[in-house]
Amino acid sequence: MAYHSFLLEPISCHSWNKDRTQIALCPNNHDVHIYKKDGTKWTKIHELKEHNGQVTGIDWAPESNRIVTCGTDRNAYVWSLKGEVWKPTLVILRINRAARCVSWSPKENKFAVGSGSRLISICYFEQENDWWVCKHIKKPIRSTVLSLDWHPNNVLLAAGSCDFKCRVFSAYIKEVEEKPGPTVWGSKMPFGEGAGGGWVHGVCFSHSGNRLAWTSHDSTVQSDLSVSLSSETLPLLCVSFITENSLVAAGHDCYPVLFVYDGTKGSVTFGGKLDVPKQTSQRGISARERFQNLDRRATSSETTEQGLESLHKNSISQISVLEGGKSKCSTFCTTGMDGGMVTWDVKSLESDLKDLKIV
Amino acid sequence: MSKNNDSNQFRKVDVDEYDENKFVDDEDNGESQVGPDEAEVDSLIRQGNLMEALQAVLKNPPINTKNQNVKDRAEALMLKVLSAFKSSDIEKAVQSLDKNGVDLLMKYIYKGFEKPSENSSATLLQWHEKALSAGGVGSIVRVLTARKTV
Repeated sequence: MAYHSFLLEPISCHSWNKDRTQIALCPNNHDVHIYKKDGTKWTKIHELKEHNGQVTGIDWAPESNRIVTCGTDRNAYVWSLKGEVWKPTLVILRINRAARCVSWSPKENKFAVGSGSRLISICYFEQENDWWVCKHIKKPIRSTVLSLDWHPNNVLLAAGSCDFKCRVFSAYIKEVEEKPGPTVWGSKMPFGEGAGGGWVHGVCFSHSGNRLAWTSHDSTVQSDLSVSLSSETLPLLCVSFITENSLVAAGHDCYPVLFVYDGTKGSVTFGGKLDVPKQTSQRGISARERFQNLDRRATSSETTEQGLESLHKNSISQISVLEGGKSKCSTFCTTGMDGGMVTWDVKSLESDLKDLKIV
Repeated sequence: MSKNNDSNQFRKVDVDEYDENKFVDDEDNGESQVGPDEAEVDSLIRQGNLMEALQAVLKNPPINTKNQNVKDRAEALMLKVLSAFKSSDIEKAVQSLDKNGVDLLMKYIYKGFEKPSENSSATLLQWHEKALSAGGVGSIVRVLTARKTV
């Protein structure tokens, strides 16, 4: 588990390139910085300056090597690498509030942007006019769209929004693709709608697209529009499937948590807290310290919880799968408000934390 | 603006009500919810069967109803049951509840904090400590984010 501190400011969003040697991230300002891995060190190789507002979403398309960024300046830019320089192309989103999240579709011929204008913009490239065109999905979204995830068939899109619902939409664009085959999600638009008690912060399809999980601000994790687990932790901000039946979610509690989905029982259960167990040195506690603790903390317990015991020292805002895809993930990475990035290795987590079982 | 007749009535209009983008909650008809059965709970308390009384008072929570009286009665009843417990029994009682029960108990506890009476805060704090160890901070987050509460 490697922890690398990039900055002191929160990392607003990040995205990796195809071979995981470069990471694009936003250091809580109007730019995007691209860092390249040099052994164990990271060096900044590019600065993408075009946005006029904080960059809220970055996605790096692995095959076509294009980066799409969206920001609070209501714009999105598609960046292409020309030689050694990244050149931006403006995409007119036609929104009148900030863009919140962006995601390339699996085939990378379109991308979706969720915004505070209560709609999702699906953008695709029009060859004749040589520019990006967007179509809007408006009904029945009634508040900011916080998170998006594409289904592997390149047509269905799951969106989590501040109106407490998670919905599955069809983002079919007839100019760019053929009609998709049937899926488990039915045929009526919206293809599914799940209600919860809080803003839906993170949403994720499983690798096959048959499962959908989302996390909500009322500290719950829900799956497949019906199964919900009330968690004992603070709200979780991001979620990702690591196998067909296991999810990792992370949020304000600063450590990732594993959940296991049981298809036969139709339930989601808490699998375990994923964090490096710290070896605390057991010193004897003197009588003076005991009374001091009583004064300060009203308990005479020995544990000095001076700081958080987790690797991240502040909320984790984004989680991304590095190796293995969503079906057999072997490493994933988390970034957070402490400006740090941690890469987690699934195999060593399984061996370190003995009761953990990743099905 | 309304200088022609010196009227200030326009200042009393709530413009947010007329905003076409105003978020309207999904209405849920809660008229059928009457809250826990007072007679049953009272008799259980008198018999000394406090565990049953707790289960009974947690039934039929007046969550969806807009009738404030129902909510007040339920809260008062809940406080009666909670105060009837001995301190040493509180932990066992909390263990006997399921997850939804713990969440509901937390909602009632925080509702009780809002209107403190002589001894209520002390008992509520004891219950709060035990409910917290059972439900974790998540249960408190659910109290804070619940849009329809007891």
